[in-house]
Amino acid sequence: MKRSLRLARVLLSVQYAYMLEYRAEIALWALSGLLPLIMLALWSGAGAAADLSLSPAELRRYFLAAFVVRQFTVVWVIHIFEEDALQGRLSPYLLQPLHPFWRYLAAHIAEQATRVPFVLAIVLAVWLLGAGASGWPPPSTWLLGLLVTILAFLLRFLLQSVITMACFWSERAAALERLLLIPYLFLSGLVAPLEAFPPGLRRLALATPFPSMVDFPARLLSGAEVDLLGGLFTMAAWTVLLLPLFLLLWRAGLRRYAAMGA
Amino acid sequence: MAIVEARGLGKSFRVADKQPGLGGTLRHFFARRLKDIPAVRDVSFSIEPGEVVGFLGANGAGKTTTLKMLTGLIEPSAGAVEVAGFRPFRRQASFLRTITLVMGQKQQLIWDLPPLDSLRVNAAVYGIPEAEARRRIEELAEMLELGEELRRPVRKLSLGQRMKAELLAALLHRPSVLFLDEPTLGLDVNAQVRVREFLADYNRRTGATVLLTSHYMGDITALCQRVLLIHQGRLFYDGSLQELTQRLAPYREVCCDLAGPYPPEAFAGFDELESLIGQRLRLLVSREQLTATLSRLLSSFPVLDLEVNDPPVEEIIGRLFREGTVG
Repeated sequence: MKRSLRLARVLLSVQYAYMLEYRAEIALWALSGLLPLIMLALWSGAGAAADLSLSPAELRRYFLAAFVVRQFTVVWVIHIFEEDALQGRLSPYLLQPLHPFWRYLAAHIAEQATRVPFVLAIVLAVWLLGAGASGWPPPSTWLLGLLVTILAFLLRFLLQSVITMACFWSERAAALERLLLIPYLFLSGLVAPLEAFPPGLRRLALATPFPSMVDFPARLLSGAEVDLLGGLFTMAAWTVLLLPLFLLLWRAGLRRYAAMGA
Repeated sequence: MAIVEARGLGKSFRVADKQPGLGGTLRHFFARRLKDIPAVRDVSFSIEPGEVVGFLGANGAGKTTTLKMLTGLIEPSAGAVEVAGFRPFRRQASFLRTITLVMGQKQQLIWDLPPLDSLRVNAAVYGIPEAEARRRIEELAEMLELGEELRRPVRKLSLGQRMKAELLAALLHRPSVLFLDEPTLGLDVNAQVRVREFLADYNRRTGATVLLTSHYMGDITALCQRVLLIHQGRLFYDGSLQELTQRLAPYREVCCDLAGPYPPEAFAGFDELESLIGQRLRLLVSREQLTATLSRLLSSFPVLDLEVNDPPVEEIIGRLFREGTVG
């Protein structure tokens, strides 16, 4: 246990130092994740908020929360894994007694830590510009929302890790992630809260893991009423499904691994 | 008892078989054809603890593929391999703590951070206590003549410094079996010598077993008493370096820059001529004829610069196979 904690501390601190080298790039990435705020501007006009059955304040809170959730659930493991596999960097990782995905997870967490000041600055700017949420929920809701955001990140990381396994079968598997991006954008709640979806589309969305990645944590974070236990159960169910699938594909993929570029 | 044992080891890679042109592309798109290319075939050898063995072969001969199977990076298609009592492809943690693989030009160090950061990660991954890791880093850094370089970002280091830092990272967990794939590739002569000295010293101090591939004959002669020679995936020679040298030794590479251009006919008396590119002349001369050929060359042509080297291993081996000396 002590050894694992030391390993986590060292991995995170070294990855954080690495990410700080790229802070300007990370700031730009943070800025590029403004979609929820753009959607807020769109839905705020022409009484569209009413069409979504939400008050203007609820709408503002939801999209600001969705922006925060989006910022801390960005996952790029498929791109880094594909590059490492093609460039031969995966091989030294495979020869160390640590699953390479722990390194990738640490890199993601470190990147998120680097994002914090930029995200806070953007949230503060939006707040000061008047789109901020009046009557923001209490800290306990915030903390719970942040905790669920972390779980949402882990679920998204796991889902993309499963897709990443295609890299063992195809040299350019990262393109698959782009296929996933469309349902993620439309079914996760990034363009509109799931509550506002037509019933058929909502049922379809709820049959996917995407609402757990944005809608559920964002609604929690914004102080909206949510089925907390139901939401957590859905996340756990997807994890139970995806984790063994990942491990199975990992084992099968390693048998195909040709250690290219190494 | 052997620490590395390969029995009938083989590896084939499945690759796409596509004809050139639009027709070939369309046929390949609708009916993909694949074929198996054997990279290593029926290779058997064993290595005793503490041995330093050179693994020779031309590009594409199967050296690196064999190393990948020995380290467990890829699964053999045929045969069996055992390293330190483990089946490598299972990649058990205790096996991974026993071995290391150093690939020249391929790095495990984090590019934008000082090597010390990567070393901290390695120490934590292998569970080496912090004080012990510091002691080992100091010891290895002294052997490798590394100091302040460990505190500079890897991208700011010279190739030689980077290679030495890579070696330090690869040996921090004190592996007892070292697989080294071209560890001196691209290094200047001084850096090559220092890396060789370090490896010899490490082997002496720790009794580690080393299997080394290199394009530089100097690496092999400085470190290995025994060599394995692989060609087109098959093992052609397993024995002492001395015996192999007697077969390889006949040639020395003579390169010289002439003062002016000469037609190829001007070198009709030099059977050893390998190439003439511009004013640069290259000969492969038998050791017995070296002095006589050099005298003839220097007296016949104005020479600006002259080098005499061991020819690249790849070339000698290729020549031996062409001549049927090995087989």
